[in-house]
Amino acid sequence: MKKRILAAVLASASILGAVSGCQSKSSTSSGTSSTGADSSTASTSDATSSEASTEESSQGGESTATDGKLTLKEGEGTVLNIAVWNEEFKGHFEKYLKDKMPDGVTVNFLITENKDNKYQNKLDEDLPNNETADADKKIDMFLFEADYALKYVNSDYTLDVKELGLTDADISGMYQYTKDVATNSSTGALKGVSWQATPGLFAYRRSIAKDVLGTDDPTEVQAKLADWDKFDAVAEQAAAKGYKMLSGYDDSYRTFSNNVAAPWVNDNDEIIIDENIMKWVEQTKTYTDKGYNNKTSLWSDAWSADQGPDGKVFGFFYSTWGINFTLLGNSLAVKEADGGKQEVGNGGFGDWAVCYGPQAYFWGGTWMAGAKGTDNATLVGDIMRAFCCDAEFGKQFTSDTQDYYNNKTAMEELAKTDYKSEFLGGQNHLALFVETAPKIDMSKISVYDQGLNETFQAAFKEYFDGTVDKDTALANFYKNAITKYPELKQPA
Amino acid sequence: MAQAANVSTAPPVATKKKARIGKYKKWGYIFMIPFTVVFLVFQAWPLIQTFYYSVFKYFWSAGKGAWVGPEFVGFDNFAALFDLNNVNILGLTWNTIIMWVLGFVPQIIISLIFAYWFTNVRLRLKCLGFFKTVMYMPNLIMASAFAMLIFAIFSDIGPVNSILKSITGGEAFRFLSYTGSTMALVAFMNFIMWFGNTTILLMAAMMGINESVIEAAEIDGANSGQIFWKITLPLIRPILVYVMITSLIGGLQMFDVPQILTDGQGGPNNTTKTLIMYLNQHIAAKNYGMAGALSVLIFIVCAALSLVVYYFFASDRSDKKSKKRG
Amino acid sequence: MSNKDKKLEHTSALQQNNVDPDMRAKPGLLIHKIVCYVVLIFFSILCLFFFYILVVNASRSHYDIMTGFSILPGGSFLTNLQNAVSNPTIPVLRGVLNSLIIAALTAILSIYFSAMTAYAIHVYDFKGKKFMFNFILLIMTIPTQISALGFFSMCTDWGLRDSYVPLIVPAIAAPSVFFFMIQYMKSSLPLDIVEAARIDGSGEFRTFNTIVLPMLKPALAVQAIFSFVTSWNNYFIPSLIIDTSTKKTMPIMIAQLRSADFLKFDMGQVYMFIFIAIIPVVIVYFCLSKFIIAGVSLGGVKE
Repeated sequence: MKKRILAAVLASASILGAVSGCQSKSSTSSGTSSTGADSSTASTSDATSSEASTEESSQGGESTATDGKLTLKEGEGTVLNIAVWNEEFKGHFEKYLKDKMPDGVTVNFLITENKDNKYQNKLDEDLPNNETADADKKIDMFLFEADYALKYVNSDYTLDVKELGLTDADISGMYQYTKDVATNSSTGALKGVSWQATPGLFAYRRSIAKDVLGTDDPTEVQAKLADWDKFDAVAEQAAAKGYKMLSGYDDSYRTFSNNVAAPWVNDNDEIIIDENIMKWVEQTKTYTDKGYNNKTSLWSDAWSADQGPDGKVFGFFYSTWGINFTLLGNSLAVKEADGGKQEVGNGGFGDWAVCYGPQAYFWGGTWMAGAKGTDNATLVGDIMRAFCCDAEFGKQFTSDTQDYYNNKTAMEELAKTDYKSEFLGGQNHLALFVETAPKIDMSKISVYDQGLNETFQAAFKEYFDGTVDKDTALANFYKNAITKYPELKQPA
Repeated sequence: MAQAANVSTAPPVATKKKARIGKYKKWGYIFMIPFTVVFLVFQAWPLIQTFYYSVFKYFWSAGKGAWVGPEFVGFDNFAALFDLNNVNILGLTWNTIIMWVLGFVPQIIISLIFAYWFTNVRLRLKCLGFFKTVMYMPNLIMASAFAMLIFAIFSDIGPVNSILKSITGGEAFRFLSYTGSTMALVAFMNFIMWFGNTTILLMAAMMGINESVIEAAEIDGANSGQIFWKITLPLIRPILVYVMITSLIGGLQMFDVPQILTDGQGGPNNTTKTLIMYLNQHIAAKNYGMAGALSVLIFIVCAALSLVVYYFFASDRSDKKSKKRG
Repeated sequence: MSNKDKKLEHTSALQQNNVDPDMRAKPGLLIHKIVCYVVLIFFSILCLFFFYILVVNASRSHYDIMTGFSILPGGSFLTNLQNAVSNPTIPVLRGVLNSLIIAALTAILSIYFSAMTAYAIHVYDFKGKKFMFNFILLIMTIPTQISALGFFSMCTDWGLRDSYVPLIVPAIAAPSVFFFMIQYMKSSLPLDIVEAARIDGSGEFRTFNTIVLPMLKPALAVQAIFSFVTSWNNYFIPSLIIDTSTKKTMPIMIAQLRSADFLKFDMGQVYMFIFIAIIPVVIVYFCLSKFIIAGVSLGGVKE
């Protein structure tokens, strides 16, 4: 869901030829021609198991020296089908990978919306038939999110990345949690890789922080927001000055739901509501009753408007992709699509900063996997290597897109440079991400996260609105959750 | 009617006709083939399957990535629909009916008044074509787009709230956070989309009334109110019944508008969730058993109502014809 | 009833009025008329108001919309249009095209085969014909939603998901179009014509295609419009059948606006998407309105 924003921004940027898009295009092509050669050399040395592939890769090495192209292994299909749920990866693909694709290969993106588990259902229908499907209709690669990752990671429908030609060296730089999520729990095989890590931060409006706290310095603001008690105190101060601490009911949800003690569903298929989630309920109810929030919902027009030039909201919980895409997009008075520029003076640009906030959390993340039955295993592996396993490319990627690349060393190096974000008033927010990313713990995720989180938020919205009491909200949550997942039960 | 026509032309050439029937009747069958085949494949067979699934526990477990069932469970699915611990079907029916009534009552009243005015020769209103055109227009609008438009316009920071705030100076009224206002919006949209259509239907019925009846009443000294209540209304009663039943059947199918207005939630507290919205949830979750049982219940209600419409047409066909001629 | 009849009635009623005691009620009649016009104008405005806001907001930039309500249009119409059309997440032009294709084919199949079915029952005598007629009448008002589950599972089993076949082909069996057709045939298709054609040696199929169909033109046109609009607006079944974004129809894309959230940071675009879904139909409607409204009062069966 959240990734769509990114996609929309990326794609519209590339289509409308926004300034940043043009810049990055020229710089990446120069940056990747060398890295492309690197990676194919790496594969030459590692893929010794099969002579044919060694030959192919060495040929590839030659060609990459001139144009950075990947090569098509003999016998592999000329149609590459990639199943996705939005335009995000397509945008990246067109910007960074399209030019590298071997000649004569057609790439199709099969986009299925994520709502109501539609994307998963589509995969569940197609993957079991993938081996017998027509060569040109086979799904070669698909993307998945942490919210339902386990289903595919623990199934036989995804290929071990080693079968795709990735080596331990290729994946060594990645954040451990991104590998943990994609590791098959019984065999230990890595089934997917991600190009991004998604640690979350608290983004606040500098002008409001100055007015309420007397300072907008990230370190000092962090000191005042270091735990939930302090956070509540600031909320009260902000309210006294006529501001809202948060915009919507769901704003702080992830900070609680990421720090639960157990997954959503236990071994008996019973839905377990974690104490930490109930803490969110209490906090949000208090905030609503005391007027500390603006009663909006995530992604609603009113919520977006609160991030706009005239917003009166102190801050928002956002992870990597949200800050420089969603928040930035929302903060501008004149949208880029309408000819606006990313510059101080256009709405709230430059009036924001980030700090850690009261609790570490993550939000989002996309993994790519090879589908069993693919006739393009090598090509899928090459794409993964080029896009997810290349430290130098990662630095370029992060500089271009402000997304946070999945390579610890590369990001640490980049954070030490004079990297800064004009949008965040010149702050080097990468340094903060570098600090929090290793803390991400995804051990409590389950395949039900997406549906249950959405259902829970929707049910309790009515409690915060005051239309139902807590017990009714809870009952409605169970009812709607079981409608969505008939296999689940309400604990007796 | 068709049969009657044939019978009346038949007698003079009875013997020849027989031969012809033998010769041509195969074409009757041939011309029925497309309809019959498509009906059997795309309507009858799915309906049979739907009924079949209703007695099985059979769903896709999205979490495990596997089918559960089919396992014969008798009427368990039906029992589950009436179980108060689930989203209760009686509640859903109630929601659906209430929203229908809220839209239908003003619709039929306004339509009656307008149809009466439009056909009233004494009033001789001008620009009738314009009024009819404008009032029928919402009926052709894509319901989903109209619902999305209303959603945007009535959003917490939308145009309506910006007008309200400038008048009252207070807080925004959060339309979709209350049962009353959400239902009212749905009913309002249904009203706007259908009152023009109903007006035109009732007009046609009123114009079919034999003018001499009304003239006679006028001569007897009846005033316009008496004429309306004692003559017009009873005479168009059949079409009123027809409008009501078809509207009720349409109401039971209510989906697009509340689905999009409430983003499929049917909130607050499931009070604007309609039967078909719930069916949609079950189909989306690939819960074939529950979706089947729900479909069967909706089918029973709709079939009963359809029977009423059927008898309306079956018994009224000749009346209507004569009325039109008159 | 023809226009002539109506006029006659009006004039006779007028004459009646002249000798009527109603004359003394003239001032009352005037007030009554004023009330009528006020109420009618009010409801007309009510019908147009939301579409007016739509037009206004589709022409304003996001920031303008956020600053509040305006009576007057803004200057961002073309920018919004360009942004909406080039938005890759909701390929709106594809949506319009997909919907056009499906609706046009649906309309053609629906009227052609309904006319054929009606013709079979109207012209031929065969066993079971009465039963078929009554049966079609009976199922006319049974909604398609109730078999949606079976339809969905059948399409899944037969590999018809994500295809237009299940959205188009079922239009061949359209009971309400059939009913309209047969009513029309009863009033304006004399069987003598079929007889005459037979005597001239025309085959049955040819008679239907070249002689009967042209005679049904007014009815075909009216029903084509209604079938087209119904299909164009149809949301429930397509949303179950279509998965891939490039195959989606307009209503599915509009529904996406509501659930998906990525676009809300440009309300100008949101209004523009709705504009694209609604306004072309409105324009076509205003061009054909006389014809359509005549069709509504004729049919009486359109739900």
